[in-house]
Amino acid sequence: MRVTVIDYKAGNLTSVVKALRHLGAEPEVTDGDLPLVERAERIVLPGVGHFAATERLDATGLTGAIRAAIARGVPFLGICVGMQWLYAGSSEAPQQPGLGHFTEACTRFPECEEKVPHVGWNSLEVRDGSRLLAGIEQGAHVYFTHSYRAPVSGDTAAVTSYIEPFAAAVERGNVMGVQFHPEKSGTTGLKILGNFLAWQPKEAAC
Amino acid sequence: MLTKRIIACLDVHGGRVVKGVQFVDLVDAGDPATQAARHAREGADEIVLLDITATHEGRQTLLDTVRRTARELFVPFCVGGGIRTADDAEQVFDAGADKVSVNSAALANPALIDAIGRSFGAQAVVVAIDARRDPEAADAVRDAQVFVQGGRKPAGRRVVEWAREAEARGAGEILLTSMDADGTRAGFDCELTAAVSAAVNIPVIASGGAGRVEHFVDVFGRGKADAALAASIFHFGVSSARSLKEDLTRAGVSVRLPC
Repeated sequence: MRVTVIDYKAGNLTSVVKALRHLGAEPEVTDGDLPLVERAERIVLPGVGHFAATERLDATGLTGAIRAAIARGVPFLGICVGMQWLYAGSSEAPQQPGLGHFTEACTRFPECEEKVPHVGWNSLEVRDGSRLLAGIEQGAHVYFTHSYRAPVSGDTAAVTSYIEPFAAAVERGNVMGVQFHPEKSGTTGLKILGNFLAWQPKEAAC
Repeated sequence: MLTKRIIACLDVHGGRVVKGVQFVDLVDAGDPATQAARHAREGADEIVLLDITATHEGRQTLLDTVRRTARELFVPFCVGGGIRTADDAEQVFDAGADKVSVNSAALANPALIDAIGRSFGAQAVVVAIDARRDPEAADAVRDAQVFVQGGRKPAGRRVVEWAREAEARGAGEILLTSMDADGTRAGFDCELTAAVSAAVNIPVIASGGAGRVEHFVDVFGRGKADAALAASIFHFGVSSARSLKEDLTRAGVSVRLPC
């Protein structure tokens, strides 16, 4: 199965590509090949680093191509900053809009006794009905490394608490996102990536 | 709840895992890829591979080792040893590492931290600090000194100040090794770890001195460590990440138990 992995030059994609390959997918990486995105069967938008780096998606025309692919029903998974990009924006780079698929905005963890960034393995409170997290046990641990996060809303598929509850995963129709790194989250993470690869768009109509 | 991390450390020399006390009397402890996979399976939260060869000829061997080790590893993987430039770091990332650890090269050229962070993100830069208390100083902990060359040569920097500078330059984590405690199996330097952890807002990984479960309980409590490194405690089947974590759970420390 072909998976189009979007490269916007914000960190290294080796781990994501390796995990997808391990699961039997054929990842193809692009940093601006629009026809490739137009015929994509499945899209993964990884991401580490600064939200401002997503500006490159606008500059290369990838934002429009991804928006069209999503409208066509192509399964889409955003990871870390790739999930945050699905929202209206982030206070990390207020001038840079996100895709706006989810209307909320991402903000930094509040200043307090706890350290920011949130780094390490934390537990998931999985909400009923999530297809991305099907079969994942309540309390399963996944690996996070981030300072900004999305608020809990009706589209939240899993909640994690650090300082306060935030959206660890989001899911609506064919669009999904995870704040954690499934490619670095051991067998739990591989199962989540496997769920994404196995998910068939036609189920959305049911 | 955010758990405390147990990080398995593999010292690698010429493509093999080795263990010695303070880098002498090295004993062969197996193949890095096999060892890393075993630790991950048994519940290690992260793998650190430290190349102690760090010679020019050894670089290609190291990259091959990193590539082989990363292939079937799906937990965070950090590589250190001999990374002197952003290009060195890039080669290690391309081979499959998620993070690099820099030590003496960052002391010699602190801008290296900024450069790697800019290209790969702060989460990818671990600054390793080899520390010794200064018994002559008024406050042996506050005035603890940074050392280079395996703990033999003072770098002329105070540990807490260097940790703060590393954070300001964009380090994502501090790997703090107590050269006083390293290899003793008598416990971590909790006072020093707590001092560094209080001084920065990024995670501090405690290293050096692990021998018993109580040492980990202590460094996560009193030492305010976010993670702890264990090397010799895991070798030769002495203890596994699984049994360590089961004991830590019983002691009330929040850890991720392996499936």
